[in-house]
This record gives sequence, structure tokens and C-alpha cells, in this order.
Amino acid sequence: MRFAAFIRPPYLLRMVTLSAIIFMAFFIFAMNPEPSYASAPSAQDAAMSREAAQAGHELASDKVSSRYAPAPRLHARDYPRINGVNGRVSVWLAAQMHLWFAAFVLSVPIFVLILEGIGMIKRDRRYDKVAYEFIRVSITAYSLTALTGGLLLLSLLVFYPQLLGYLSQIFGPTMLAYAFLFFFESLALYIYYYGWHSMRSGTLKWLHLTTGLLLNASGITLMFIANAWMTFMISPGGVDSAGVFDGNIWHAIHTALWNPLNLHRFISNIAYGGSIVGAYAAYKFLSAAGTEERAYYDWMGYTASIIAVAALLPLPFAGYWLAVEIYAYSQQMGVTLMGGVFGRIFIMQAVVIGSLFLAANYYLWCGMHRSDGAYRYTRYVKYIAFIMFLCFLVWFTPHTLVLKASEELAMGGRYHALVAPLGLMPAKNTAINIMLLCTSLSFLLYRRANRVSVVTWSSYGNAAIIALYVAGTLNIIFLGVYYGYYTDTVYKVISSIPQVSTTITVISAAFIIEYFMLRGAREFAPLRWGRMPRRSQYALVLIAVSLTWLMGLMGYISEAIRQQWHITGIMKDNSPDAYTPALSYAVKTVSIGTIIFLGIILFIFWLGQLKTSEGTSA
Amino acid sequence: MKISPLLQFVLFTIAAFIIVNMPALFGQPLPESLIVLYMFFSIVMILLVITVTDKGAEGLLRPIVSFVNSPEKRRLRRVVFILIPLAFAFLTYRSLHSEVAAPVEHRQVHPAPPDSFRAYGREFVIQSTKNPFRALEKTNPGEFRKAVKQGGEIYFKNCFFCHGALLDGRGHYARAFTPAPLPFKGGNTIAQLQESYLFWRIVTGGPGLPYESAPWSSAMPAWESMLSSTEVWKTILFLYDYTGNRPQELR
Ligand code: HEC
Ligand code: HEM
Repeated sequence: MRFAAFIRPPYLLRMVTLSAIIFMAFFIFAMNPEPSYASAPSAQDAAMSREAAQAGHELASDKVSSRYAPAPRLHARDYPRINGVNGRVSVWLAAQMHLWFAAFVLSVPIFVLILEGIGMIKRDRRYDKVAYEFIRVSITAYSLTALTGGLLLLSLLVFYPQLLGYLSQIFGPTMLAYAFLFFFESLALYIYYYGWHSMRSGTLKWLHLTTGLLLNASGITLMFIANAWMTFMISPGGVDSAGVFDGNIWHAIHTALWNPLNLHRFISNIAYGGSIVGAYAAYKFLSAAGTEERAYYDWMGYTASIIAVAALLPLPFAGYWLAVEIYAYSQQMGVTLMGGVFGRIFIMQAVVIGSLFLAANYYLWCGMHRSDGAYRYTRYVKYIAFIMFLCFLVWFTPHTLVLKASEELAMGGRYHALVAPLGLMPAKNTAINIMLLCTSLSFLLYRRANRVSVVTWSSYGNAAIIALYVAGTLNIIFLGVYYGYYTDTVYKVISSIPQVSTTITVISAAFIIEYFMLRGAREFAPLRWGRMPRRSQYALVLIAVSLTWLMGLMGYISEAIRQQWHITGIMKDNSPDAYTPALSYAVKTVSIGTIIFLGIILFIFWLGQLKTSEGTSA
Repeated sequence: MKISPLLQFVLFTIAAFIIVNMPALFGQPLPESLIVLYMFFSIVMILLVITVTDKGAEGLLRPIVSFVNSPEKRRLRRVVFILIPLAFAFLTYRSLHSEVAAPVEHRQVHPAPPDSFRAYGREFVIQSTKNPFRALEKTNPGEFRKAVKQGGEIYFKNCFFCHGALLDGRGHYARAFTPAPLPFKGGNTIAQLQESYLFWRIVTGGPGLPYESAPWSSAMPAWESMLSSTEVWKTILFLYDYTGNRPQELR
């Protein structure tokens, strides 16, 4: 490839300019760590310092000896106002947009790299082609990530300058690192993407793969750094009660929630990237002209959805870890999160997650019919569906019910004897584990739809798999019911660990047996890519839309649990916006954000199409 | 006999409806909010399972399409097309027709506690306050049993009228209060909480609740003026001991 062609796409130019701006903004902030907050004392001031003293805080002026300034105490007038613009909503939406795009462009290179590797091992060009198309879809999103990141920074700068100033006093060095890494990531991405075809063979291909690795390493590090800023605000560390930094940056980074959040975000971002690419494939499938094109996009949708589902499987456990750490950090925060003000959002979360699993399974069930051999297994679908359905009901049944006064009287209390136990963690754990087993079973059936095992021991193999699933399910139920309800509370949390290991053991053992059973299997009826009902594609779209919405909701929660604090217990939010908005308001804001984001994504898909059609006509 | 997919759909939906309404027969109906959710997902699930195969999807749609299109079903169609809007009108009427009842409660049963609160002339930080008697459980079991027993006596002198002799929230007065007194029995009640949480609740009672828990409607008395802090801690020991629950540990 010529260098001229290499720099021609305007993305690059835009990227470089933008990165430079962001870099400089960070730089200026990092260099100027001591903002002064001189302001006349007022009645409000006195009230606030009383409040701070009551909460065990030392007053800022006692701490002049430190190199670092304490967290500023702010007043309403410290928050710049722009008429007609709501500062909080601006920051909120900018941050959410940035996170959506970032999640997408973080995850796509991960599985592109994996697909490229698989393609190299299997020597199958199809993987290479689909990997390239994935990265092509994400490249426009990459510049939008930078754009929305700039937007977020600017809106923080405009509306919350003091907060940003305080944070950059502590995180200045990491902000610089962030800017550098971003630069580096862009570079790696552009080499990776634009060099795809010219580096397609021999040593160059390995070099290409290495670039992909560097791209991912810098992307993931970037996310970890940004997570540190966010978790510091929820569960601060490395500062004393007045917010004076102890000078050790690692203390501020490695706070109680950093690693749980890193893990949960990392996995959910992969699921998210997979789902968006799946939706892209569905979109192309539905609008495909020829059978060949349809077959290709069917295969792409399938690959993407498998990635998404594989990432969905460990997610509940990462989520529970996060929740446990939040409780451990502060019971108050935990209660606020799960049982208090945000409890209702968690009911929505449960409903959405359950729907995700249903949609994924539905897609697999429909996919069996790509082969005429599917009729041998369709009758099992309804049993799997029924078990999943029961688990789903348990999964979203809330502990604290929404009740009318008359209903409370009729029930004789706030808890229903039958469903109250279903609202608790042991029941949820049991349900989600069984749902995971069902999903893996759907996948096993799917893989068999077009094949017949030729090994002599196949009937024993089947019996072993069935026995594994039955025993696993019974064990999970036993653990959940016995340890969850009939022993000390101490075991409650602990019982979820053997449950998870049961699930993992059953799934891996079954897959191993299945692998050997289907070795050299005879084809019963060919798998016809492209022979998918249109309704199945909407399942893919549903997965993408609901994951987007879910991310928005959870993003809102994770900020809102700080309640009246910018930084929990250290820096109070005294802006006029320092209240928890009504639930419906929050949900509406998130929904509007979702619509805008998906609109942009649709636009990107459309742009991508323009590019290919031009390419083919030229 | 082969049942057509459409009929299957109808039958399963009816079955689901009967099942979710079953608890009412045993005296404890499910709340409407839950019934709506359960029914919605039952219907979704039935539709999903039926439409997995093309045959099922067609079987579901064909009768409907032919009913809407075919000329010989004109008469029946007219009746149905009048009935459907009427049914919606009825549903609308029902949802707008207000009963004489308090609206849906969005009350939080276990609200987030404050960071700290004042009582007995000092400050208690919820996150770090411990039950002073809890340590005895290991160091001096005899003393511990004694404290539990005293706690039980305090309970039966003060609390059981509302919270019940079995600690199930069904004391003599319980039916008179909305919200009803809470049970302590079972794994889904106080086992989720720290002892300092209970301490806060007992000492400050209904009036000490935050706004989202409707402090104005709780009958739970604030016991600060009636019991000493030692007595409250002992009662808490009893609540956990009697019900076989363990409090959440401080970390
Ligand atoms: C007049 C009736 C009444 C009496 C007497 C009473 N309570 Fe209560 N209590 C209630 C009601 C009603 C609630 C539920 C409403 C609320 O949360 O405030 C409640 C809630 C509680 C809770 C909160 C439980 C939870 O799960 O959050 C605790 C703890 C409690 N009571 C302990 C006691 C103790 C200990 C006593 C005796 C010293 C006592 N109560 C006496 C009516 C009463
Ligand atoms: C199958 C189960 C789950 C799925 C599919 C899921 C999915 C997601 C997704 C997509 C996000 C957004 C991540 C991001 O912004 O990068 C998220 C965030 C979050 N999840 Fe989960 N989650 C699951 C389970 C849980 C559980 C059980 C909890 C704990 C109760 C939990 C708590 C959270 C919290 C607090 C956040 C916000 C953190 C953030 O801003 O990233 N999740 N989840």
C-alpha cells in the first residue's frame, strides 16, 4: 500500500487533531494541580463545615503542611451555569455516549485478533474476511469514541471544573499516560486496519498479528485507567478524610472496586461488541440481495452471537463479585443499590438480562433449522424452554414487591410466602446457573443438528451427557435450597461458589465428551448458511438494543450510588443538581441516549454500506 | 389429535393465567404488578417456542390471516372487529376507574441507613458500630446465653404485641397497621442486615426512617426513650438467636 493511500482517509487526520487536543487538555490540567478556592465565608459555609466536622472530617485548613490540597468544599456558585443547558445531563449523556462507543471499539479488536488467529491456524480465509469486516465496522466508531471523549472532557471542564481540577491533582500522571496510550492505540489501530491486506502473508502476517496484540493491550490498559478514575469517585482510596492525597498513586488507583469493575466491564464489553456486530450482520442479512450474501452475513451473525453469548456466561459471576465488594465497602451503598432507591432498576436489569438469554437461545433454536437434520432435536426445545422460563421467572421476581395497600392487607404483610424466598440471592444464583446450563445445552443440540456421531460408544456418551446435566441441575438446586435457606447465613454467599463450579464442570465435561463424540461425524444433512427465518434476526437486534439500554441503566446506577457526593465521603456535590432524579426521569434520559446512540450506529452501518458499494462498482 | 399452533397458544396462555392466580385460592394472592410481569413473559415464551419452526410460525399466523381475508368469514369478522375495540374500551375503563384505596406503595422496606445517627447523647457510625455482647459468644458463652435470655424478656415485654410471639410479624395488633410489622423469622429478613442496622431501626423507629420509607406511616415506636442501649443490643441478640439467623459481619 502506498503511503499516500494510507493517509488519505480523513479519519486519520481527524483522529490526530483530536488526540492532540485531548492530549493538550490533559496536559494543561496535569501541570496545574493547585487551583485556589478563595471565597468569602458565608452562613452556608459555616453550616457545611459543621456538617463536615460531624461526619468526622477534618477541616481543610488544618492540613496546609501537605504537598497536596484537600478536596475543595464547593458552593452553588462554584458551578458555572449556562442558560438553557443542563450541566448534569450534558455530562451524563456525553459520558454515556463515550462509554458505549468505547465499549464497542475496545471489544471488537479483541475478537478480531482471536478470529485472525483462528483463521491462521485453520488456514480458512473466511475468518480473515469476517475479522476484517468487523474491524472496518469499528473504525468509524473509533473516531466517534475520540469525539465523544473530547465532548465529555469539555463538558466536565465547563460544568464541573473544580471536580476535574481536584481529580487531576491526584490522577494527573495517569491522565498523561492515558493520552499517550490513546495516541499509541490509534497508531496501532491504523497500522492494523490499513495494513490488513498488504500484510497478509509470511512474516508480515505475524507482524500484523503482533500489532493487533499491541492494539488490544493499549486498549485494555486505557480502560483500566479510566475505571480507576471512576472507582476512585465511588470508593476513594489513598486520601485522608479531608481528601488530602498521600502521594502514592497506586493507592488511589487500586481502590476497593477497581478490580471487580475492571473484570465486569471487560467481559461485558466483549458481549456488547459481539452483540453490535451481530446486529450489523442481521441488518445486512435482512437487506441482502443474493443468497451468497445472505449466507455470508448469516455466518457472521452466528459468529458474533456466539462471541456475545460466550461472554454473557461468566458475566453474572463478575457482577456478583462487584456487588459483594460494594456491600463490603459500604453497607449503606449496597442497600441503596440493591434494596433501596435503585432496587427497582435492578428489577429492570433482571428482566433485561433474562430477555437477553431468551433471545440468544431462540437464535440458537432457529439456527438448528439451517440443516434438515434439525427435526431430530426440535422436540427437546420445548423442555429446555420451559426450564429456562421457570428460571427466568425466579431470576426477576423481586424481593420487595410493588404493592397496593389492599394487596398488602390481602397478603397479610409485605412478603408473599411463596415468592419472597425467590427474591433472595440463593434463588437468583440457582436460577442463573440453571439458565447457563440450558443455554449450553441449546448450543450442544445446535451443533448436532446436521451431524450423526459415528463412534461406537455414542449411546454411552449421550447417557453420560444427560446424566451430567441432570446431576448438575440437581446439585445446583440442592446447594441453593439447602445452603441458601436451611443453614447459617454465613454459607449463603459461599454456596454460590460450588454452584458456579458445578456449572463450569458440567459445561466443560459435556463439551469435551461432545467433542470426541462428533469427531469425524457423518453429515446427516448439510448446514445451509443463509437458511434462517427473518424473525431470528430480530433476536440479534433485540440483544444489541437491550444490551445498550442495560449499559445505560447500569452506568446511571454506578454514578448515582454516590448520591450527594462527587467523591464519596470526601467531596460533596453542592450544585443545584445534587439530587437523585426520579426513576422515570433517569430511565427516560437513558432511553433518549440509547436512541441517539443507536441512531448513530445505524448511520455508521449505512456509511459502511456506501463504502462497499462504491468499492464494488469501481 | 393434532392441536393447531394457534389453539396451543390460546390453551397455554389460559393455563398460565390459571397458575398465576392459583395462590389466591390459598388465601395469599400475588400482587398485580407481579401477575402482569409473569403473564407477559409467559406469552412471550409460548410465542417463542411455537415460532422456532417455520411450520409453527405459519400455523400460528395462517388462521389469523385467513380469518381477516377470506370472504366467507365476513359475518364472524364483523362481530370480532366490534368486540376487540370494546374489550380495549373495557380495559381502559377499568384502569381509569379509581377504586377507593390508597395508591401503590413505593415504600422502601429496608432503606439505606444514614452514615451515622445520634442517640443516647452520642454519635453512632453505622458502618463500624458493633454489638458489644457479640464477642461474648466466643469468649464467654455462659454470659452470652444470659444476655440472650434477657433480650428475650425485653422482647416479650415490649415488642411481641406487634412482631408476634413467633417473631413472624403477626402479633395481636399486626393487622391494624399499614405497613405491617416486619417478621424476623426466615432467611430473607434480618439475616441480610448488620446488627448496627437493627440498632438504628429500633432506637429511632418509624420517625427515624428516611423519606423514601414513608416515616409518617410506620407504627414502629422509637425506643430510645423507653429502653437503654444495652437493652436494645440484648434484644437484637435475641432476635438473631431465636430465628437462627446470623447478622452480616462487619468487614
Ligand atoms: C406498635 C407496634 C410495634 C411495636 C410495639 C414494635 N414494633 Fe418494630 N416495627 C413495627 C412496624 C409496623 C414495623 C415496620 C415498619 C417500619 O419498618 O418501620 C417495624 C419494624 C421493625 C424493625 C425493622 C425490621 C427490618 O427488617 O428492617 C425492627 C428491627 C423492629 N421493628 C424491632 C422492634 C423491636 C426490637 C421492638 C421492641 C423493642 C419493636 N420493634 C416493637 C411495629 C412495632
Ligand atoms: C448476566 C448478568 C449480567 C449482565 C449481562 C450484566 C451486564 C452489564 C453491562 C453490559 C454493564 C455495563 C458495563 C459498562 O458500562 O462497560 C454492566 C454494568 C454493571 N453491572 Fe452488570 N451485568 C450482569 C450481572 C450483574 C450483577 C449480578 C450485578 C450486581 C448486582 C451487576 C452490577 C453492575 C453494576 C453495578 C454495573 C455498573 C458498573 C459500570 O458502570 O460499568 N451486574 N452490567
